[in-house]
Amino acid sequence: MSGFTAPALEYGHLAPLIFVFLAGTFGVGVEATVPRRFRPTAQLVLVAIGLIGALITTIGNWVGALAQPDTGFFIGVEGSLAFDGPTYFIWATLIVLGALSILMFGERQLGGGATPFTPQAASLPGTPAEREATALKLEHTEVYPLAMFSLTGMMIFPAAADMLTLFVSLEIMSLPLYLLAGLARRRRLLSQEAALKYFMLGSFSSAFFVMGMALIYGYAGSFDLGIVAEAITQGAGSYSLVVGGIGLMAVGTLFKVGAVPFHNWTPDVYQGSPTVVTGFMASCVKIAAFGALLRLFFVAFGGARWDWQPFMAVIAVLTMFVGAIIGIVQDDVKRMLAYSSIAHAGFILTALVGAAQGEAIMGMTSVSSALFYLAVYGLTTVGAFAIITMVRNEGGEVTRLSAWAGIGRRNPGIAGIFALFLLSFAGIPLTSGFIGKLAVFGAAWQGGFGWLVVVAVLASLVAAFFYLRVIVVMFFSDAGDEEDGVEVVMPSWRTTLTIAVALVTTVGLGVLPNLLLPAASMAAEFLR
Amino acid sequence: MNPENYLVLAAILFAIGTVGFMVRRNALIAFMSVELMLNATNLALVTFSRINGNIDGQIASFFVMIVAAAEIVVGLAIIVSIFRTRRSASVDDANLLKF
Repeated sequence: MSGFTAPALEYGHLAPLIFVFLAGTFGVGVEATVPRRFRPTAQLVLVAIGLIGALITTIGNWVGALAQPDTGFFIGVEGSLAFDGPTYFIWATLIVLGALSILMFGERQLGGGATPFTPQAASLPGTPAEREATALKLEHTEVYPLAMFSLTGMMIFPAAADMLTLFVSLEIMSLPLYLLAGLARRRRLLSQEAALKYFMLGSFSSAFFVMGMALIYGYAGSFDLGIVAEAITQGAGSYSLVVGGIGLMAVGTLFKVGAVPFHNWTPDVYQGSPTVVTGFMASCVKIAAFGALLRLFFVAFGGARWDWQPFMAVIAVLTMFVGAIIGIVQDDVKRMLAYSSIAHAGFILTALVGAAQGEAIMGMTSVSSALFYLAVYGLTTVGAFAIITMVRNEGGEVTRLSAWAGIGRRNPGIAGIFALFLLSFAGIPLTSGFIGKLAVFGAAWQGGFGWLVVVAVLASLVAAFFYLRVIVVMFFSDAGDEEDGVEVVMPSWRTTLTIAVALVTTVGLGVLPNLLLPAASMAAEFLR
Repeated sequence: MNPENYLVLAAILFAIGTVGFMVRRNALIAFMSVELMLNATNLALVTFSRINGNIDGQIASFFVMIVAAAEIVVGLAIIVSIFRTRRSASVDDANLLKF
């Protein structure tokens, strides 16, 4: 009878996770102990310490690992987490994007001194209790710890080297987001409905994911992605378990990235959630989920590539076209950006389908091109949603497209920045979106999926149409009767900083992509 | 007894849960169906653990249970808040957001 042996944990490499997680944990403590009026400041300080510490340790570990090419990258924490190039790239991106999104959580100037979150989630909409909570200027500062916990899950999810960690981190990422989606200050019925839909469909999809995990475990006898890969390559046993398992796990991960036919939640949740939370979801969740999807399919299921590539190609085509075509008829800006995010998920899936290993265009593999795309898409997305929070009337944000008519004439600066973000989404040269598209299409081309690249270019043309439509509405159509006192409100430094960073990176990485491309190409391969 | 029978049972429970989620309109019942799916998965994990002759699957089933418990906490909070607002827990009534 041997006793328990203590696990050997690499605390130095875990430091980024510990920083983010502890910031969330201490945030809960702040809720319990600190007087109400100091809480927003205390939470912001905690978030800042957590994220800056995490960013410094991530970059430090990455640089340290690059200095020792043989032993620097490894699978640690008893085989649970892979500390490899993609992990470090995703962590750094997530921390930066998370910081930009969480910064906007505390924006008060836009809402006339009130945050974008409901003063008291427990009070019913439209009741005296809610008015009283508003008058008392109550705030849910719990949103900061919730976002930090979610960010912890997002960081573990793409780094997980076994399926159990993958599943647990998927839930750590999702559960706080379900709650954040339901906390909007205005239009609370829509917000609660978004939370309900997100929760129901999210838990449904994770049930599929965990069943797929059970089947793969039944086949391989282990949860470790490396052992699963070996078992699939050797091909002993019942192969139907593998096919079923891959299919079910694909459902769970494709749901999170918002790919057709598992995209139905995206428009509703993006529209109903508070816009700052939508920005957080649209950028960070997509990166984490794609990171995990790529790792799962390239590392664990790499040996079954011929079986999943055709299906993924079909899903990529469907995703691009459903996103691009249904996006055309949307009359709500947030909803339109949700369909845009579906279309972008399709573009990134082309890189997954290509499974390009070696030297493609610009020396990018499938992994590095997808990660580069996700980083630039995330930065532009955060900025675009930040601008949506600024277009308001007395009832709060106005997202009806018809109400945006003519704001380009009254506020050419803000509308011009938004137009630039849209052009980047459309993939116009000299914006970062163009370089991203070039990279992922190059990976698909190099993987021998030329037809998919042609289809993808056609889909981006269709998608470009609805981005241009918004630009036309903003600049060239007259403000009709529907104006409703819509105006662009100037925000505090928080939202301004987010927009500024998004603007600089969208233009900067479009003109000088070499500022980020080398970092992405250092994240070219997953550790097996 | 052949352990594969338990896999068949797990598949049946999982299918009942899937159909229940898609057919039932009450959010609570739909949510219970998801729990049924998760428990079917637990049964499959434990059975595979027996077939494979290691205990990884049994340990995983504990994790699944704990995650399911956490999911219930969050889910019931959301369902209760929407029930108090609308006086109904039907997922068909939540239809303000649509295409």
